[in-house]
Amino acid sequence: MSRVLELEGITAGYGETQILHGVSLHVDAGEIVVIIGPNGAGKSTAMKAVFGLLAISAGTIRLTGEEITDMPPQQVVRKGVAYVPQVGNVFVSLSVEENLEMGAYVSNDDPGPRIEEIYKLFPPLRDKRRQPAGALSGGQRQMVAMGRALMLHPKILLLDEPTAGLSPKYRGEIFEMIRAINRAGATILMVEQNARMALEVADRGYVLVDGENRYEGTGRELIGDAEVARMFLGASGNPPGGRAA
Amino acid sequence: MIEFVNFYLIPGLVLGCIYALGAIGISLTFGILRFANFAHGDTMTLGVYFTLSLVTLTGWHPLAVAPMAMALTALAVLGMDQTFYKPFRRSPTIMLVIASFGLMLMVRSVVQFFWGVQLQVMVPGIARPWVLFDTLRILPKHVLIGAATVALMLAMHLLLTRTRIGKAMRATADSPELAALTGIDTEAVIRATWITSAALATAAGVFLALDTHVETMMGFKLLLPMFAAAILGGIGKPYGAVVGGLVIGVAEEIATYPWIGTTPLLAPGYKAGVAFAIMVVMLVWRPQGLFRGRLR
Amino acid sequence: MEQYYGYFIYLISLATMGGIYAVLALGLNVQWGFTGLFNAGIAGFFAVGAYTQALLTTPVYTEHLGGYEWPIPLAMLAAMGLSAVVAFAVAKVCIRLRSDYLAIATIGIAEIIRLVMKNESWATNGPRGVSKIPKAFDTLPDPLDKLAFLAMVLALVAVIYLALERARTAPWGRVMTAIRENETAAAACGKNVERFRLEAFVIGAALMGLGGALVAQYLRQIDPQVSDPLTATFLVWVMLIAGGSGNNRGAILGAMALWTVWSATEILTIRLPEAYALKAPYVRIFLIGLILQIILQRRPEGILPEIRPKPHPRIRGARAPAAQTESTGS
Repeated sequence: MSRVLELEGITAGYGETQILHGVSLHVDAGEIVVIIGPNGAGKSTAMKAVFGLLAISAGTIRLTGEEITDMPPQQVVRKGVAYVPQVGNVFVSLSVEENLEMGAYVSNDDPGPRIEEIYKLFPPLRDKRRQPAGALSGGQRQMVAMGRALMLHPKILLLDEPTAGLSPKYRGEIFEMIRAINRAGATILMVEQNARMALEVADRGYVLVDGENRYEGTGRELIGDAEVARMFLGASGNPPGGRAA
Repeated sequence: MIEFVNFYLIPGLVLGCIYALGAIGISLTFGILRFANFAHGDTMTLGVYFTLSLVTLTGWHPLAVAPMAMALTALAVLGMDQTFYKPFRRSPTIMLVIASFGLMLMVRSVVQFFWGVQLQVMVPGIARPWVLFDTLRILPKHVLIGAATVALMLAMHLLLTRTRIGKAMRATADSPELAALTGIDTEAVIRATWITSAALATAAGVFLALDTHVETMMGFKLLLPMFAAAILGGIGKPYGAVVGGLVIGVAEEIATYPWIGTTPLLAPGYKAGVAFAIMVVMLVWRPQGLFRGRLR
Repeated sequence: MEQYYGYFIYLISLATMGGIYAVLALGLNVQWGFTGLFNAGIAGFFAVGAYTQALLTTPVYTEHLGGYEWPIPLAMLAAMGLSAVVAFAVAKVCIRLRSDYLAIATIGIAEIIRLVMKNESWATNGPRGVSKIPKAFDTLPDPLDKLAFLAMVLALVAVIYLALERARTAPWGRVMTAIRENETAAAACGKNVERFRLEAFVIGAALMGLGGALVAQYLRQIDPQVSDPLTATFLVWVMLIAGGSGNNRGAILGAMALWTVWSATEILTIRLPEAYALKAPYVRIFLIGLILQIILQRRPEGILPEIRPKPHPRIRGARAPAAQTESTGS
């Protein structure tokens, strides 16, 4: 399997405070990889580091072998990394269709055919194509955000807490969508607070605590691990104590 | 009633058109570059004087040379951005405000240096009003201004809704952070914003010059009403700025109508206060404006 | 000999106006340097002070309010008081506004004040202004009268400076700095942010009113043009930024230095042939604006950077924070 994304020994943070201390992880083609951990563990920071949104003081980041450490966001997008932030992930006054068009901004090709594919992936958006994205429900906005990110067939899709702020009903739908996107060919790295549901969907996972790697394994392995279950799976509102793999 | 329409409402609408065009530029700059551009009024003045020189040079009507003046003003504004605003892209916005404050006086002094401070007229001669339906009196130049404003607003609408850069401008106004993440070239959007803003300001200034005269303080005098219009409409909402401009233009004129008795409700000397009063009310009561622009 | 006397008189006038501008800059420093309030309407408070001084001290005139013939010091206090009242009213409405909005609002206020001065002719004599304003010490023979006035101005600057320095290092000043840098944290500590900002705005405005009162005496006549955004607002801003906002000595230094530049360039350009002399004011304005831009880009903290307050000695292990560039929080 080809390695799409690799972080090696990343130390990074904001100004004087370093949040990540030597974090390493990788994502192979076609995988869904999840980063979980307590609040402040540096999960979102790891994602922002990939996207060039903060200063990296040590370590390297490689995208399909090419080094992209410290590359500015606009360039990282052009290299094929798509990022869906946790909040503010749609252009609220632009229509659904215009949001998707913006996803294809860096390319000069006609976005029309790709937009059609996105509507096939997210059927509810088709009816709302001319509505301003700000008028949509949380779940639909998430669809728009992901659709936008997928417009240019990114090498890897970074999702920052895709179910944050959504009611339990929608959480399941979002994870279904993530599975569907993955089946359609997208490689995904995501950060999640809803650890159990994320791990059930994921191929592999990393547990970050205090900005460092703590555990890693396949989704099932981590669900079954007693320590992980104690620390995270109870706290996310699921019944305490994991099931053995 | 007819007197009201002819001498208060129609001039108010014309003034409103001028305010609207200027306010769009302020709203766009506020929304996309995230700062209150104090130099916008004097940019307008610069555009008017470019037009004046072109008229003198070619002998054509101001509206015929206006596009070229717009281009010249846009070039000047792009130069200003490169030299005085670009260094502060990542700084607190107050630096941009202070810089624009300084630029306001620098641009004005350049105009005063090269063109002098005496009052001038764009198109000499007295115009006779058209009389419609035996009662409505409207000056041809006002019709021209109104029609040209509509045309410009249509052009702006097409720009923002049909072109890629226009959509990118709206996207950047919504969220510059997300725009960067989507790969939108923010520098290109910024350039487009300055060009649009300068072109519309030039147009607004030329219309004001046609309606009144040409003098070096004309842009600064419009700064407050334009800010008020932009705030009234909602920052970052160009269509809101249009509504805001029209409302303030009409309000200013009809405030001096003798609503009660025979003397003006508001002494004409205080017309400038109307825009200010509206603005303060908006800032205190509903800072996001009528159309819910951005607050922060 | 006469030439030297001319220079001597010029130096006195230079120092006097420089001192008056120092008062204005110190006032702006309280608002902007200490508290981060962007007041673009200095001209307004300045005008209120100037007109109060003028109307309270001039003898009876039919063209405007007058005949009260107050003693000059009392009028100066009244000028400060009235400016403070106007500032209070403005601040009550606008103090919570974000910086750029506050800038727009204060510019509007200054314009409104100018309109009032211009339109309410029954009170202010409209565009023709008020003249024959009594000046402190004007009964003394020349040049003692000028020297005495200068001494008064410099004494005022010294008193204000000492008072503000005291305030800066006292708890009051520290709270201001805290509010300016991190309003949420300051509020979380229970500080009534709005009240402090109000106080800073009002005190600064009172000083600007004093500046106006001094100018009214110095020039002996004023008109609505005294509320000119160029000389009354913009120049003071450049002075403070150049001298060092947040630093009282910087404010005084900036005022003296920039006023000297402004005045000296005026003298130089008078010597030029008429065609150039006519255009000269615009070159000078451009120059001042350019100076501002250069300082903003190259040395935004000004000549004398802000002196950060040292942590209270009782806080163990605390080190003085490293000197910072100008904090321009909004």
